[in-house]
Amino acid sequence: MLKDATAIVGIGQTAFAKQLPETEKTLACRAILAALDDAGIAPSEVDGFASYTMEETDEVEVAKAIGAGDVTFFSKVGYGGGGSCATVGHLAAAIATGQASVGVAWRSRKRGSGPRPWKNTAVQLPTPGQWTRPFGLLRPADEIGMLARRYMHEYGATRDHLFNVALACRNRANQNPAAIMYERPLTREMYMTSRWISDPLCLFDNCLETDGALACVIVGAERARDCRQKPVYVHSAAQGLPSQHHGMVNYWNDDPLSGPAWTAARHLWKQADFGPQDVDVAQIYDAFTPLVPLSLEGYGFCGRGEGGAFTEGGALEIGGRLPLNTGGGGLSEAYVHGFNLINEGVKQLRGTSTAQVPDAATCLVTAGEGVPTSAVLLRS
Amino acid sequence: MLTPVTDEDGAPFWEYAAQGELRVQSCADCGELRFPPRPCCPHCQSFASEWRLMSGRGRIWSYVFPHPPLLPDYAAQAPYNAVIVELAEDPRIRLVGNVVATPDAALDSVDPARLRIGAGVRVAFTEVDGTTVPRWRLERG
Ligand SMILES: [Zn+2]
Repeated sequence: MLKDATAIVGIGQTAFAKQLPETEKTLACRAILAALDDAGIAPSEVDGFASYTMEETDEVEVAKAIGAGDVTFFSKVGYGGGGSCATVGHLAAAIATGQASVGVAWRSRKRGSGPRPWKNTAVQLPTPGQWTRPFGLLRPADEIGMLARRYMHEYGATRDHLFNVALACRNRANQNPAAIMYERPLTREMYMTSRWISDPLCLFDNCLETDGALACVIVGAERARDCRQKPVYVHSAAQGLPSQHHGMVNYWNDDPLSGPAWTAARHLWKQADFGPQDVDVAQIYDAFTPLVPLSLEGYGFCGRGEGGAFTEGGALEIGGRLPLNTGGGGLSEAYVHGFNLINEGVKQLRGTSTAQVPDAATCLVTAGEGVPTSAVLLRS
Repeated sequence: MLTPVTDEDGAPFWEYAAQGELRVQSCADCGELRFPPRPCCPHCQSFASEWRLMSGRGRIWSYVFPHPPLLPDYAAQAPYNAVIVELAEDPRIRLVGNVVATPDAALDSVDPARLRIGAGVRVAFTEVDGTTVPRWRLERG
């Protein structure tokens, strides 16, 4: 049984910036060592690693550099940003079943100073790219813009709803000195007059481009009680690859607007002692603003087609119905393929967030929607 | 421009396109259309397939207008439209493409204000860097 059998006991991160001088490998090592130090656990005790694709640094390199002991469990989850929470899920499962005792998950990215991944789009031309790339659907923003237009058409969602998402993230980043958008407020006028990236998505509907790294440390619940920090328990975990799914986009499902989040959510809640109504704070993957209303529906915070309206009336702000992405998220803290959402969830349940939700005891963290995804429920 | 790199499953689509035909893979046993192409039928698991001729008619399911930064050949035509067309034969068969004024016109040759979800379109073919690709023209005008 996975439920509360393991806990996150250490988190670490580097600075976030458009450009950092160090390599991805060096940043990874810094974040991991910081997380181990936070937990009060020696690197030589690490025997489990989990990571996700679209990062160049292998666990072999990391283990060697930080001085890990013999490693008995390692896994790498596919599909980029959909794998962030699965790293926690894999380590929790490995530790709960005795395959490892101290697990480390991490993400290191040079997305700010490195090449944009879609510039390398020609290598994706064999299936599935042959059906999309030649027609100028080149970037994730174009792919998600297509779903956003259809979603707005079908359910009457508006650009104001997308702005509500961007604004909530920016407001939280304005409270977080580590965020790239600290002290840089966003207004509705700035949003509405910004340039298009892929109409209907404008500049502020898109995540940041960031250099930086984060890591977390997971151990069994018993050991967690003796660590330096208050344990944050992994209550439930799930991955989601829906029927007839196709890579980055879901255009060929019977229902392209109910994506991998729906699949992950069904399993996640089935394993949990509480439901969406009991979630105190959420960290929802926000590479693009439309992913938030789609995810709110998928994870059961509202009904089908109601995700846009859910954002109204300050619902996503502190004090609202579901405070969201309280470190600023991918839109305004840092875009590190969603790992900052995991660490922010831990901070909320420790009570140490820069935008603390009073008495937060449960947190949903999700990975990239639209791609084969994952999610975890954390509790204090 | 990027041209499709075909694989074993998808190659017939592009070969028929070169002959001016829009064909979609279907199961030779249960008859279900499927897209994108793949080795076996997700409904009945048969490995026998055929390529069925479509009418070439469809409707716009959604669309975007990409703006730079983009790859150079695309940036030169931006903002252009990229659309998803659902086919008249089966709306679950959706093709990504472009709506153009004439088959060999630029990707930005249609006034963006004329695109609507649900608008009827008809297929046409054009050659791009030696490969024939489908394009779409609005049914009205
Ligand atoms: Zn069949």
